[in-house]
Amino acid sequence: MTALFFRDLKLSIRAGGGALIGVLFFLTIVAVIPFGVGPDLKLLSRIGPAIVWIGALLAALLGLDRLFQAERDDGSLDLMLMQETPLVLTVLVKCFAHWTATSLPLVIASPLLGLFMNMDETAIGATILTLLVGSPAITFIGAVGAAVAVALPRGGLLVSILVLPLTIPVLIFGVSATYAAVEDAAPFLPPFLILIALTLFFAVIGPAAAALALRNTAD
Amino acid sequence: MSETSLAISKFSDLANPTRFLALAARAIPWLTGITALCFIVGLYLSFATEGDYQQGETVRIMYVHVPSAWLSMMCYTIMSLSAIGTLVWRHPLADVSAKAAAPLGAAFTLLALVTGSLWGKPMWGTWWVWDARLTSVFVLFLMYLGLIALGRAIDDPSKAARVSAVLILVGFVNIPIIKFSVEWWNTLHQSASVLRLDGPAIDPEFLRPLFVMAIAFTLLFFTLHIMAMRNEIWRRRIAAQRRLAARMASRED
Repeated sequence: MTALFFRDLKLSIRAGGGALIGVLFFLTIVAVIPFGVGPDLKLLSRIGPAIVWIGALLAALLGLDRLFQAERDDGSLDLMLMQETPLVLTVLVKCFAHWTATSLPLVIASPLLGLFMNMDETAIGATILTLLVGSPAITFIGAVGAAVAVALPRGGLLVSILVLPLTIPVLIFGVSATYAAVEDAAPFLPPFLILIALTLFFAVIGPAAAALALRNTAD
Repeated sequence: MSETSLAISKFSDLANPTRFLALAARAIPWLTGITALCFIVGLYLSFATEGDYQQGETVRIMYVHVPSAWLSMMCYTIMSLSAIGTLVWRHPLADVSAKAAAPLGAAFTLLALVTGSLWGKPMWGTWWVWDARLTSVFVLFLMYLGLIALGRAIDDPSKAARVSAVLILVGFVNIPIIKFSVEWWNTLHQSASVLRLDGPAIDPEFLRPLFVMAIAFTLLFFTLHIMAMRNEIWRRRIAAQRRLAARMASRED
């Protein structure tokens, strides 16, 4: 399992710069927003956390369709289906590797973008914390979409359409926890705990459903 | 044979598509008739009752809005049950049922959103707000569209059914969110007033037509669903016949 983790990690970092592309995409999305809403620093600092979150969400979806596709192409997916370790565990490990390779760089890059958005220290800290806790949920939900899309000849865009509606709760609680940290009126802990709960919930549901879908598409 | 095993064998008899088609042929005229009757009574009642003292005539939108919203959720529940049928028992009609229900669910959800919007303009002064109930129903609409797209993207019907079934089951988490959204988040949409533990909170004057309309809409759904399932079975048979014909033709060459 550790070997699989490092294999996946190496593959996604070396093959076409998956992580770098994700961070670049993230930067581009966030850089485009001020052109759309205007360079008003007050407005930007108000909507900053939401923009960073949306950017991270979209960037996390970017490489998802490759999660199982490459394995299917070179045949190693069949080996994974046949091996003795439960497929759910394999999927879980692959999700962790994918998260480390693509979402963790986004979390690390988010303070820089927070500065661009004129956010203060608490807002930046809260955004990093919520992203760190919430982005695994996006990967786990995405794994279901990726497993479903393995059956498709070219499912890249469809994965995003199928996965995005399911990630909305994560986005809602991630952003509301960040806002709660900035504004004194709302307590930070309840939305943050719900965010953690969502991640744990999808850590169970996501790999199980993805494994089920992979078994059914393999035939 | 005990009562339950008799029920199970009846249920598995339906797995035979030919039996289902025969049953559908017998049921559809009756269902259509009863649906039409319910709509006539329901529409008469909804126009005969007085307008609300506060909302005036616009209260009549409720008789379309509430049943379609209720159906949008029931349709997804039926799809989830069918998905379990597909994955657990490989019931041949379960995937037909799930596939036939998706466009219907999308249509009823759209109807609920549109009528809600039309009702919201005079009542709340806005066409749309990002309230918890509205947003979760909108997400439900997107999920229906995604499932339809997924079903069309895969050629092999049995593979498409199994893959969609997984996604349907994952998406089912949204249904309790929709149901309880008005209680968990106290936003603009009013809270539940018909299905409550302490009895309905609306006047029987409005409840009667609403009840009849809900029955009419539910019957309409089942009629359309059975018709769509029948069409789907026929479509698959035609596809199978075509494949067979093509194979015969290629053998003759």
